[in-house]
Amino acid sequence: MSALSTRNRTWLTYALLTIFLIAAVAPFVGTFLTAFKDTRELSNGIFALPEQWQFDNFEDAWTGARFSTYFKSSVIVVVPVVVLSVILSTMSGFAFGMFRFPGQNVLLLLILLGLMVPFEAVIIPLWQLMGLLGLRNSYWALILPQVALSFAFGTFWMRSFFSSFPRELVDAAVVDGCNTWDVLWRILFPLSRPALLSLVVLLFMWTWNEFFLVLVMVTGDLRTLPVGLALLRGRYASDIPVMAAASLIVSLPVLILYFIFQRSFIRGMIAGAVKG
Amino acid sequence: MTLPSSASHLSTPKSKRGSGRPFARPYQAYLFLAPGLLLYLVFVFYPIINTARYSLFDWTGFSEPVYIGLENYTELFADNDFWKSIGNNFFFVTFYTILPILLALFLTALLTRSKLRGMSIYRTGLFIPQVMSSVVVGIIWRWLLGPTGPINEFLRLIGLGGLVQPWLGSFTYAPIAVGLVGTWYEYGLCMVLFIAGAQSIDQELYDAARIFGANAWQEFRYVTLPSLRPQILVAFVLTFIAAMRVFDMVFVLTGGGPGKQTYVTSLLIYEEAFQRNRAGYASAIAVVVTIIIIVVSLTVNYVQSRDGSQEVDI
Repeated sequence: MSALSTRNRTWLTYALLTIFLIAAVAPFVGTFLTAFKDTRELSNGIFALPEQWQFDNFEDAWTGARFSTYFKSSVIVVVPVVVLSVILSTMSGFAFGMFRFPGQNVLLLLILLGLMVPFEAVIIPLWQLMGLLGLRNSYWALILPQVALSFAFGTFWMRSFFSSFPRELVDAAVVDGCNTWDVLWRILFPLSRPALLSLVVLLFMWTWNEFFLVLVMVTGDLRTLPVGLALLRGRYASDIPVMAAASLIVSLPVLILYFIFQRSFIRGMIAGAVKG
Repeated sequence: MTLPSSASHLSTPKSKRGSGRPFARPYQAYLFLAPGLLLYLVFVFYPIINTARYSLFDWTGFSEPVYIGLENYTELFADNDFWKSIGNNFFFVTFYTILPILLALFLTALLTRSKLRGMSIYRTGLFIPQVMSSVVVGIIWRWLLGPTGPINEFLRLIGLGGLVQPWLGSFTYAPIAVGLVGTWYEYGLCMVLFIAGAQSIDQELYDAARIFGANAWQEFRYVTLPSLRPQILVAFVLTFIAAMRVFDMVFVLTGGGPGKQTYVTSLLIYEEAFQRNRAGYASAIAVVVTIIIIVVSLTVNYVQSRDGSQEVDI
């Protein structure tokens, strides 16, 4: 290593980085290309361009393999989870970041626990609880636990945002006669856009990609996209181009968000080091 | 952005508060907290407690639970499936955690001292696997590694047909293949973290090292490595937990097979609870795995807070 000049080292670094970059995206590029191919074209090689760009595989996946149904379930679950979690975490982040109250640290520790436990640690009692509530095999069985777990992350996320917020702004509003409710929703909320945006995209991704909870709680048409993909049986399951198209359908919403807000994603996932 | 994991978050930030007065009526805080906390208590906290409780019962999930003390745990520690699966989890730690961190460190050692341009393209690309559904990742690699998949095709093409394997169906190669998919999944995360960290190291440290006659290895050992400590800790926690919890990817790639070669604890929990109707026993496994995860997280938290609040950002 010492024999290399700084300049050569820079070139070597770029070369290696590029190799790793290609290795990271190549499987997705291959999948993308395959999604537009005919089965008999597979022997041309994974990176060969489709002879003709055609959407038959997407149609097969969407209607034949019923990914439209799973897509619908995913949307029905992810929208309320994100909306509810953001509202509830904003309120609790506000409570922890702006107030001082008895029991504050104990409650925060209690919520910290939710950042560390995996779904495996709660799934059995949750399954039983949903049975008791008569909610098993309903969207509620997916939405409620997902909101509750997102609340743990969201609370820490919004709390760290609010506690670094310029206090004078809040005090000025209070002097002007704003009550706390208005301070939160009229003054702080509109100014929290960067933190909220990150929270929204992270919760969207985690909920959209969630597998274990969905696998256990629901069957049939209520399944969301990842579970629909994993449990796909029958003739489409061995049809590589259709599976590739289905994989794209599952990934596309998150990928689009990622390309727009990539910094929010990376920051948030690193900050959520304990969330896993 | 400081880590929410760091203990500094647990104390109220006083500096911001010293002169400014907190809101006059602190009880209002409870009102803001109540709706979310209620959901959290019912759907997260209460189940955690119940998992711990059920682990002390003989319970099918449907039957009347019968208290049996620590019997599930004694059975667990004599259960070959449990040892095999948790052994596999730790085997995967090598591939999910150690290999990606070493790979990323090697790369970072090369790039210190040089200011790189165009990093945002690398960052965006390297991080992509992290945002993909792990089911999609599993489906793609199941195809790539399949008996007639592109990887075997490629080996035949370059005249290495002798190496062709049913990678995921082979007793010998399946654990390594699944592990390497994990390495592929995690190395981008480590690289993104370490590169960002390395780029923010004060160049004067390297100049000073050079004045004292440090060679490239010593520069890495005494400047780069200590400076990257916060990033290494974060990478360790994220990837270690991923290896301990892995479910989706194994479920799709091999289902734990062949035999129990890639079987992991999360699969064991799932099958014991929901296929073999041994909810009490499965709860005991969940408790053990959760304790491992929490102990490791808290240990790293402790180290982080002892190091002082160093910021990890990209």
